[in-house]
Amino acid sequence: MARLTVTVNGIRHDVDDVEPRLLLSDFLRDTLGLTGTHVGCEHGVCGACTVLLNGDSARSCLTLAIQVNGAEITTVEGLGTPEALNALQSEFREHHGLQCGFCTPGMLITGEDLLRKYPLATDEEIREGLSGNLCRCTGYQNIVAAIRSAAALRQGKAP
Amino acid sequence: MKPARFDYVRPATLSEAVEALAATDGEGKVLAGGQSLLPLLNFRMVRPTVLVDINGLKELSFIETRRDSVVIGALTRHREIEQSPLIASKLPVMSAAMRHVAHLAIRNRGTIGGSLSHADPAAELPMLALFYGATIVAEGPSGQRRIPADEFFVDALTNCLEPDEIVVEIEFPVLAHDGWAFEEVARRFGDFALASIAVAIRREQSGIADIRIGVMGVADTPLRLISVEQELRGAKLDGGVADRFSGLVTSATSPNSDLHASAEYRRHLLGALAKRAIATALAA
Repeated sequence: MARLTVTVNGIRHDVDDVEPRLLLSDFLRDTLGLTGTHVGCEHGVCGACTVLLNGDSARSCLTLAIQVNGAEITTVEGLGTPEALNALQSEFREHHGLQCGFCTPGMLITGEDLLRKYPLATDEEIREGLSGNLCRCTGYQNIVAAIRSAAALRQGKAP
Repeated sequence: MKPARFDYVRPATLSEAVEALAATDGEGKVLAGGQSLLPLLNFRMVRPTVLVDINGLKELSFIETRRDSVVIGALTRHREIEQSPLIASKLPVMSAAMRHVAHLAIRNRGTIGGSLSHADPAAELPMLALFYGATIVAEGPSGQRRIPADEFFVDALTNCLEPDEIVVEIEFPVLAHDGWAFEEVARRFGDFALASIAVAIRREQSGIADIRIGVMGVADTPLRLISVEQELRGAKLDGGVADRFSGLVTSATSPNSDLHASAEYRRHLLGALAKRAIATALAA
């Protein structure tokens, strides 16, 4: 058992008695009650549990909670609020970039990291970037459209 | 809890890590990026008693030139290799292959030492280690050992490391070439390859002075096709070279069928990718 200190969405948490085998995904959902991070396949294929770990996207089901000691985590709850969506969330709403919503937290977090790291000049590049995130409603068209629009806005172009 | 119970240690130095791993009597596992190990833990396909987390060993994270080689520290993340200008200029085939290595979230965490140790027959970095004729440097209680890539990969998901050895760095000789290509097809972009080929070529007058060929997804380990390389050395660069190349590559491999693709389809795919790759390499 170990003590874990981690900052999640700007709030510092000190948690005692963390078992080494506790996954970051379960720590976020069960220990901290942050159920916005969704758990799908639990072996790194579906992307629903993706969070930002020190600013880089990472699968929380492929990370041990104990490994993020001292780190900063951003989950979907840290992107915006229902009253004040962030820019990417607004584009998802604008373009109806979700159906059942299960994959959405992972899509948003992945989208944030993609927007920061790649030009996303073409739909092919956006689709390549999203290839690690599964939407079983198969609603990819509107997710791609939302990210395309966010990429254009980020570059100061009208979408 | 998905994984079975284990103890966790996070050493601060390589010698502490080697000591900690040796103390597990072969029951421990090294945790680097965790992108292959965590799924195995979650499925309880592996049940180590101790995880030795080497993420604190910053000295194992580097990309540098040493004589005629580029040396990459075992803890270097895929994303760092993908972005490295040094890799782009010295090891362009590797640079081009990196965007095929899984997905961004995996590349942010996964490490080259971890990928080589996992030894997936359809993963890019093991194939590139063979392709470049890399040397894998491992450290154990009795010191360092230099392992040529063609001895490192024993079988699917099996390397030649002793249970108490940790990969510390990998040396990639820089190839002299004037054309190259990397081609891959996966069911979903970023997934493991159904078939893939890497080619580097050096020309003289109208012929092939030297050629290097690596393939993956078509055997229990990645392969370097040395017999085809020898056959093509000195070959004329006429109109039939693409067909000849593709024919030699496919007849040198005998893929297996699995739930992702039949043997026939993999062979067809490899032949098509071979034609595309040689055309790209020769167009340079």
